[in-house]
Amino acid sequence: MHPAFSVIFLTTLIGAGQGLFLALFTGQLYASVQLIEPQGADFYTVGSVLSLALLIAGLGASFFHLGRPERAWRAASMWRTSWLSREVIVLPMMMGVVFFYGLFHYLGLTQPWFVAGDGALPIDATMVLGLLGVIVAFALFVCTGMIYASVKFLEEWHSPYTIGNFTFLGMASGFMLAAAYSAYLGNHLVGFYGTWAVIFTVLGLGTRIASLIRNATLKHKSTLQTAIGVRHRKIVQKSQGFTASSFNTREFFHHQSPDFLNLVRLVFLVMVFPVPLMLIGVSYVLESPTLPIAAFVIQYLGLVAERWYFFAEANHPQNLYYQSIA
Amino acid sequence: MTQLALVIDLNVCVGCHACVTSCKQWNTSGWAGPMVDENPYGADPTGTFFNRVQTFEVGSYPNTETVHFPKSCLHCEEPPCVPVCPTGASYKREDNGVVLVDYDKCIGCKYCSWACPYGVRELDEQQQVMKKCTLCIDRITDQSLPEKERQPACVLACPTNARLFGDVHDPDSEVSVAIRERGGYALMPEWGTKPANHYLPRQKTRMHISEDELQRADNPLSKEDITVYTGEETLDDVTW
Amino acid sequence: MKDPAVHKDQANGHTEVKETTCYMCACRCGIRVHLRDGQVRYIEGNPNHPLNEGVICAKGSSGIMKQVSPARLTKPLRRKPGAKRGESEFEEISWDEAMEMLAERLGRLRAEDPKKFALFTGRDQMQALTGMFAKQFGTPNYAAHGGFCSVNMATGMIYTIGGSFWEFGGPDLERAKLFVMIGTAEDHHSNPLKIQISKFKRRGGRFVSINPIRTGYSAIADEWVPIKPGTDGALFLALIHEILKLGLFDREFLVQYTNAPELVIDDPGRDDHGMFYRDPDAEIVEGCTDPQNKLWWDRNKNGPVLTHTEGGDPRLMGSYVLPDGTPVKPSFQLLKERVEPYTPEWAENITGIPADTIRRLAHEMGVTARDHKIELPIRWTDCWDKEHDTVTGNPVAFHSMRGLAAHSNGFQTIRSLSILMTVLGTIDRPGGFRHRAPFPKPIPPCPKPPNHPDAVQPEAPLEGLPLGWPAKPEDLFVDDDGKPVRIDKAFSWEYPLAAHGLMHNVITNAWRGDPYPIDTLFLFMANMAWNSSMNTTAARHMLTDTDEHGEYKIPFLVVCDTFASETVAFADLVLPDTTYLERHDVLSMLDRPISEFDGPVDAVRLPVLPPKGECRPFQDVLIELGGRLKLPAFTKQDGSPKYRNYPDFIVNYETSPGSGIGFLAGWRGQFGEKYLKGEPNPRQWEQYAANGCVFHHELPRSYQYMRNWNKGYLHWARAHALTRWAEPIVLHIYSEVLQRFRAAAQGKWPGRQPPEHLRERIETFFDPLPFHYEPLEGQMVDKTRFPLTALTQRPMAMYHSWDSQNAWLRQIHSHNYLFVNPKLAIAQGIEDGDWIWVESHLGRVKCMCRYSEAVEPGTVWTWNAIGKAAGAWALDPKADESKKGFLLNHLIGEELPNGGAGSHFSNSDPITGQAAWFDLRVRIYKAEGPKEAQVTEPQFAPMKTLPGQTARPRTRWQAYVAGVFGRK
Repeated sequence: MHPAFSVIFLTTLIGAGQGLFLALFTGQLYASVQLIEPQGADFYTVGSVLSLALLIAGLGASFFHLGRPERAWRAASMWRTSWLSREVIVLPMMMGVVFFYGLFHYLGLTQPWFVAGDGALPIDATMVLGLLGVIVAFALFVCTGMIYASVKFLEEWHSPYTIGNFTFLGMASGFMLAAAYSAYLGNHLVGFYGTWAVIFTVLGLGTRIASLIRNATLKHKSTLQTAIGVRHRKIVQKSQGFTASSFNTREFFHHQSPDFLNLVRLVFLVMVFPVPLMLIGVSYVLESPTLPIAAFVIQYLGLVAERWYFFAEANHPQNLYYQSIA
Repeated sequence: MTQLALVIDLNVCVGCHACVTSCKQWNTSGWAGPMVDENPYGADPTGTFFNRVQTFEVGSYPNTETVHFPKSCLHCEEPPCVPVCPTGASYKREDNGVVLVDYDKCIGCKYCSWACPYGVRELDEQQQVMKKCTLCIDRITDQSLPEKERQPACVLACPTNARLFGDVHDPDSEVSVAIRERGGYALMPEWGTKPANHYLPRQKTRMHISEDELQRADNPLSKEDITVYTGEETLDDVTW
Repeated sequence: MKDPAVHKDQANGHTEVKETTCYMCACRCGIRVHLRDGQVRYIEGNPNHPLNEGVICAKGSSGIMKQVSPARLTKPLRRKPGAKRGESEFEEISWDEAMEMLAERLGRLRAEDPKKFALFTGRDQMQALTGMFAKQFGTPNYAAHGGFCSVNMATGMIYTIGGSFWEFGGPDLERAKLFVMIGTAEDHHSNPLKIQISKFKRRGGRFVSINPIRTGYSAIADEWVPIKPGTDGALFLALIHEILKLGLFDREFLVQYTNAPELVIDDPGRDDHGMFYRDPDAEIVEGCTDPQNKLWWDRNKNGPVLTHTEGGDPRLMGSYVLPDGTPVKPSFQLLKERVEPYTPEWAENITGIPADTIRRLAHEMGVTARDHKIELPIRWTDCWDKEHDTVTGNPVAFHSMRGLAAHSNGFQTIRSLSILMTVLGTIDRPGGFRHRAPFPKPIPPCPKPPNHPDAVQPEAPLEGLPLGWPAKPEDLFVDDDGKPVRIDKAFSWEYPLAAHGLMHNVITNAWRGDPYPIDTLFLFMANMAWNSSMNTTAARHMLTDTDEHGEYKIPFLVVCDTFASETVAFADLVLPDTTYLERHDVLSMLDRPISEFDGPVDAVRLPVLPPKGECRPFQDVLIELGGRLKLPAFTKQDGSPKYRNYPDFIVNYETSPGSGIGFLAGWRGQFGEKYLKGEPNPRQWEQYAANGCVFHHELPRSYQYMRNWNKGYLHWARAHALTRWAEPIVLHIYSEVLQRFRAAAQGKWPGRQPPEHLRERIETFFDPLPFHYEPLEGQMVDKTRFPLTALTQRPMAMYHSWDSQNAWLRQIHSHNYLFVNPKLAIAQGIEDGDWIWVESHLGRVKCMCRYSEAVEPGTVWTWNAIGKAAGAWALDPKADESKKGFLLNHLIGEELPNGGAGSHFSNSDPITGQAAWFDLRVRIYKAEGPKEAQVTEPQFAPMKTLPGQTARPRTRWQAYVAGVFGRK
């Protein structure tokens, strides 16, 4: 597939945004049961703004993918069948939840309504919104992932790993951002968020490696034989029917060499996984305020490469029909 | 339920591209138009076509088959492009099974094209909406046309009559009979898309001649079996 | 969007449907042009048209793009004073100025020496008018493109069976059981042939394709037999060998309808050796081409009898002595002796086809012809008054065109094919070859070129027709020294049977002044600075070359074209022609009609749109010019122009006063009640318009077959002025016509004899029996250096190159590749897609390679005329056509390599002058170099936009929608 930067930024930015929100709420949850140091309203407010900014940026990027963005509102109508439609519904929900989550923190609407579970867990408006946000965030990860995983023709994507990758890598980058945010503020949560980020990064590494291995050995269902219905071992296309380009040659091909693809794969495998983990590890030791930030930035750029590769790696069966000019 | 479709006979298609441009000329001024061209007189001229004729070579010299292969939307009975459309712009007509795009609803997200294994949808790069074969919906449903002309432009144009058009759900239609009797097949059956369009395979006519057909009593050479004695030595000269 | 099932297309504007005839290629299908608000909305095939039965091809469907093409010329143009030719610097002038300029110049030439004016047209199908104009002007220097198209096919077959493929006849696939197509033949009668092949295959017919390349129709053949280019003659001779050897020939047919049993004098010592023995006492029809005064050797009488003697049963074989002591042999015996050494094994070495395959093909043909006989209950009478209750046929059909014709051995190859078709008994019989009116014609047909330079006189029409069919040396158009009179040397001893002229040598000959210089060259729709010329780079140079005084060697060049083609850049005067949708045209019985097997058909084109800008139909221009020059046929007694315009001319012109023969055959007579022959009908155009623009006269069934010898048909044809004689047209297995030229070369002909240096050439090639020789270029170049044959063919979406420049069609083929068998390419280290050089003895061309398993490994090929010169045809100078597309013509010589000794032989068939562009020998090798140099070569300075030409669209978008509706 042709890796479109609109979609690359959409998925990576909202992934980080969702992840950051989940990190904030995880922190709130831990703090409310006093497992970690509680933070003031500002922490959550600014964090929510950051998360919302990422979500908005992602949404903005997605508009560049649309031929007719002014009609984007129509995209919500087919939620019964279309994962894209579902994403279009869930993403604004996510943004709404994050907005109100941040707003409530900002307004200080944190008076517990009641205390759950033997006095251990005070429930307030932000807590309810946070829980709702967790559901919505995971729903959004599923929707985003399913947009790709549900297309059975793109066999590289058509696997649970796609959901796993979108979820874990989104959470990894979000928690990494939370660690960077904490480091920037100089609070004590760098280790907390960093550790979670490491956990999600490692989980992401697991699913991503699994998907790479799966795809490396993937045997595509469609062949030239099934594409044109001729039983012969040797079939070669001579003419695709036109000599210049077409939508079919632009949208479904990356137009890069295999070497370039291998390079991108190496780049993302290094930038998303070992480097950030190392930087976080070192930052624990050095208590550096900048290393977690560097870890996030590098991991995010790595994720851009990862997503580029995700598209480029997918070989659409329609390409069987567009292989030669004569 | 009616399911209109094309049946394409690869046994007679000579790859002339008549279907390609007749489609373009009908549809560019029709319901599904315009069919935009980009750089029509420049480098890399590219444009929207609903139908393409491709060429494949099968086998190695000298046992090579050259296969001309026209391809347009197959109007699947289970069209994977329809449910993925977030706006409902992509739809399958209930009255005749034709898969269409409503350009007014299309947001140009291209997702339907990803969900089509056949590569038959093309984005109009100027209007930024998805376009595709309509089976000339504005011809085949136009009751004001004479019945014989209520066919897609490509079918009317095809000089070898390699494109048959009709209802594949009617077992007695020309297309159903052709599929049944001529081994009609669907493309990429592995996906379960149930394409309505079918293809008819190549067939070979061979001739068998047995030895006794070559030499018969009525051989005209028997009328010319004359020799001329030119004076050379024969057995008459050397034996008794 | 509105529901398309409810919202009608017609509601989108004012809709009209007009019928006319397509001219996107030479096929000429009936079309219905749908207009919306005066713009073309849709062009469909006319379902009632006998030719295309409603279908239409890729080109016909792209006619809309022709109308909107920015390449359209819209104003008469004159080369700017001071500007050089080829620089494409023009200024607009009015039609009046243009016509005045032309009339003044041509008037002067006509008064001095009409030969100094040469008119050559790329398109034929207007030859009746253009040829008449040339004749009236008095110049012999006229022809259409037939010399580089397929004149070998026309002559090879017409000199053998009295008809030929394409307009003149074709395979009867409705009844054939076996169909053999040899070489590339897709573009002639393309839609009808496609229709027929499809039906043929569906009926279970067997289709064999013999071709170095498997594309086009060959793709759907039941069997592909790859053959080395230029060796088809060897294959046919081996097939004839095998058929004769096994007795699979149709004896009865040969006896009754061919010259197979006719006795040929067989005494090398005599001057009339090789001539038919003619009975001096036999009654003959005076003037008839092939009188019936020859002899058979009768089996029962064991002696000679006049041919077709009642009850006669002639011998086909043997050697006899006539009562007067003349040794004779039936011509069939001569054929048998000729093909004796041509065994399948012999042919295998030449053609590359295994001997077993050749044998099997011969068996398939012979057994199908013999055992699948067709018998139709049609009564007919032959020329010898024998009644037949049935028409029978042998269902083996052949088709071929350029694949055989465009070789320097094409004439003899095609004669071999015609003889193969004849021995199988398939001529004008069901399931075989069928004639189309006005054919069959006598062998050879009656018109002759003038035979002496005196035929050209100032201020006088040419005596005779510029083109014709020589039957003997006296018919050649040479002076007393045997030197050519025509600029292209047609009908000279160099190319005696050049029935279509040699347009491909006109520029070179005029440039060199050999046989003489000319003043004005008028080209109509002939892209001689590009794909219509061979040796294109040199042709472009010759058009701009000057003499020692700085004058152009070809002083004045007039180009009439619809588009800004490459040639326009070289013109001194440009006349903008209309498109086919903007004009009247006739597809005339006097020219190349669209007849069907069942009878004569002609057609017209009617304008469905007004001419763009100041475009004028070429025919109107010619007629006005004829009036201005006061050419007799175009001028009244009082000196005023005789015809208002072309439509007026078509209705009122008669070949001679009161002849009743005009350009159109339908609805003649005062009330349109007559056909073929009848007085002019003032309402003729209206009657064509009311009948789909086509006139079809279906012959009675008894006249539809065996027309060479069908008494009823021949007398009908004579009564309707199709032929002069009703004599039988006996097929020429043995060609006495050729023998006459050979005898002249041998000094045995009582009349004209060739110049010394041409004697051997004439003696070699004018063999009365078919033979095979290696194409001349192959004989002359070093084959170890140029081991490959390079071929071109037109893709089906671009048949006939004049309209290939088209916004839709060019998206299908914007550039081309050289197809190479991977075996060959890999051996040279060339990968699929690599840039390579193709080199011939003339030079080299850079292009891209594409592997193909569908080409014989000794052959490389490409789609022709995709490559364009930069900027021509209103294309961007960076267009694929000039950057990646290439033209093989740069490599094809218009003259033979190392002509030597000033002989300058055309690279053509030595008998007919057919351009031998399929003889090209090349080598290929990888082009090394940086990536930025990956551009085709040679390159030429971009052609500029001409005044009056729509500027190239500034936007990158073209969204064509017909009518006002589209502009909302």
